[in-house]
Amino acid sequence: MSALLDLVFHNPLLLAEAALNGLLLGGVLALLALGLNLIFGVLDIVWIVYVDLAMLCMYLVYFTVQVYHWPLILGALAGVGLGVVLGVAVHLLIITPILGSPPVNQLLATGGLLFFIQSLATFLWTTDHRSVRLTLPTIEFAGMFVSFARLIAFGLAILVMLGLYLFLTRTYIGTAIRAVSQDRGAMALMGANPQRVYIVTSAVGGALAGVAAALLIIQYSVHPYFGAAFGPITFMICVLGGLGNMFGAFVASFIMSEIISIGGVAWSTEMGYVIAFALFIVLMFIRPGGIFAKRQ
Amino acid sequence: MKRLLGGVLLAALIVAPFVPMGGMRQYVFHVVIQIFIWSFIGNAWSLMGRFGLVSLGHGAFLGVGAYTTTLLWNFYGLTPWIGVFVAVAAAVALALIVAYPCSRFGIVGHYFGLVTLAVGEVIRLLLIAERDWTGGSLGLTLKTAGDASFKALQYADKRVFYYGALVVWLGGLWVWHRLDRSMARAAMEAIGEDETAAASVGIHVSRFKLAITSLSAGLTAVGGVLYAQYIAYVNPETLAGVGVSLRIVFAVVLGGMYSLLGPTVGTALTITLSEYLRVKFGVHYIGMAETIYGLVLVIIIIFLPSGIYGTLRGLVGRRRTGAAAARA
Repeated sequence: MSALLDLVFHNPLLLAEAALNGLLLGGVLALLALGLNLIFGVLDIVWIVYVDLAMLCMYLVYFTVQVYHWPLILGALAGVGLGVVLGVAVHLLIITPILGSPPVNQLLATGGLLFFIQSLATFLWTTDHRSVRLTLPTIEFAGMFVSFARLIAFGLAILVMLGLYLFLTRTYIGTAIRAVSQDRGAMALMGANPQRVYIVTSAVGGALAGVAAALLIIQYSVHPYFGAAFGPITFMICVLGGLGNMFGAFVASFIMSEIISIGGVAWSTEMGYVIAFALFIVLMFIRPGGIFAKRQ
Repeated sequence: MKRLLGGVLLAALIVAPFVPMGGMRQYVFHVVIQIFIWSFIGNAWSLMGRFGLVSLGHGAFLGVGAYTTTLLWNFYGLTPWIGVFVAVAAAVALALIVAYPCSRFGIVGHYFGLVTLAVGEVIRLLLIAERDWTGGSLGLTLKTAGDASFKALQYADKRVFYYGALVVWLGGLWVWHRLDRSMARAAMEAIGEDETAAASVGIHVSRFKLAITSLSAGLTAVGGVLYAQYIAYVNPETLAGVGVSLRIVFAVVLGGMYSLLGPTVGTALTITLSEYLRVKFGVHYIGMAETIYGLVLVIIIIFLPSGIYGTLRGLVGRRRTGAAAARA
């Protein structure tokens, strides 16, 4: 506690910088959380492998940009494309055959895929950390230093989330997706084809992972255990916001990213995560349905 | 027939160390001891898992168990024979801290899985963060007590651990069997199906859930202690966190969690498979072994949802009932 008070009273600028960085991290985390939550809301399955799919997209962006010298925009688009393909592939190959099995098996099937992807990445690309080197300046703002790459990533993440909101509320298929997440049985009764909605949802979820990947690779280096580093926090965010609740996931992303960022500066990176996870556990007990669950 | 088969198998396991095996001896022992220990841990997990309490954070109990005895021995010279009781108490306390609110506030299914996953991560990250005395992510080596010591539970001779692990594994099976025959099983099954309905017929839902979680956590801690004593080295990645927690669950699901020997069969398969692949690919193709392992897991989960042992038993059972029906 004293470390935090010390920060507040003696180094408020550092605290503000940590808070700002937390905010910027939150934008990208929110993308991942929204993608995972979208899939959960519709299919009622937690894709444990979700962040590892994003990791594969990060590798693609890295290779296209850093090795084959594509422009970053093209590389990022390729990453999003791969995300869509992976999302649909996971749904068709892994989820469709076991849609009727117990939820545990569905969870574990994507967990097995996680092992597969992690080790395949180790096998193909070794455990080296790889990053796309951008020559972007660091911006000084009121004595705080903020990386321009993070600022861009945050702005784009917000734009994409706005797009997702419009897609879900203004298009026919988006409305269908929201309908399924409210009542899966009724959807089929209305004569709509659930499988089509599932595939579109998985594709959109995959695309969000791809966008997140493109925004992550300009801030962090990618390695086979990237999913293990960012995966748990993404699940926690989804649960904290309420599984399937998009707005909740959005807000929870910023709560968690602030804790991680400020905790990381006040104590250590691990302690930041420990506090975030501990808070998650406590909040689960107080509000089991997520922080924005309607009281029953 | 079943008893006879079991007896023969047990006798074979007891005399196995005296069978000449040549140069492979130490290695075979090493693999079998690991199978015993992880089967025991898988067994402990399945005590909860089979009733729908799917924990994705059993690494937490494993880590608490292993680190408690190791730290007590390294810093205070406390023998693991006493340390194991402290370890079990710590793991049970942690289990109660997590399970009480979970059961009180009706956290089940996905939510329970993710809460336990968070607990596993908290323990792993705490072990890394407290690097001054836990060694952080570099791990911690057990202080040696010379060649062979009963007090320190350290033996260079693998046969000691072989018999120790065998006894512990049998103990785990006995607990599973006792539970399977008890009223608690019926109660837990009812709770797993529908908590509200179970409560309405007078089953004390919270009490049963807490009891089964404590039992599972305590046994897992024992497994952690045994593993730490055998390997003489603890590491947060191999003993806590998501990775090891998922591995435990996979092995059990692979074998089948609704049968006595399911966890053992699953663990034996996963360990043999990963050892075989590791030896085959060695250091040339790092990651290849695990890649195949992951792929096999996915395929088995999709095509054999009740596990290998469970499916086999189901097949045999069906044929038997089929024959009985034909005779009638």
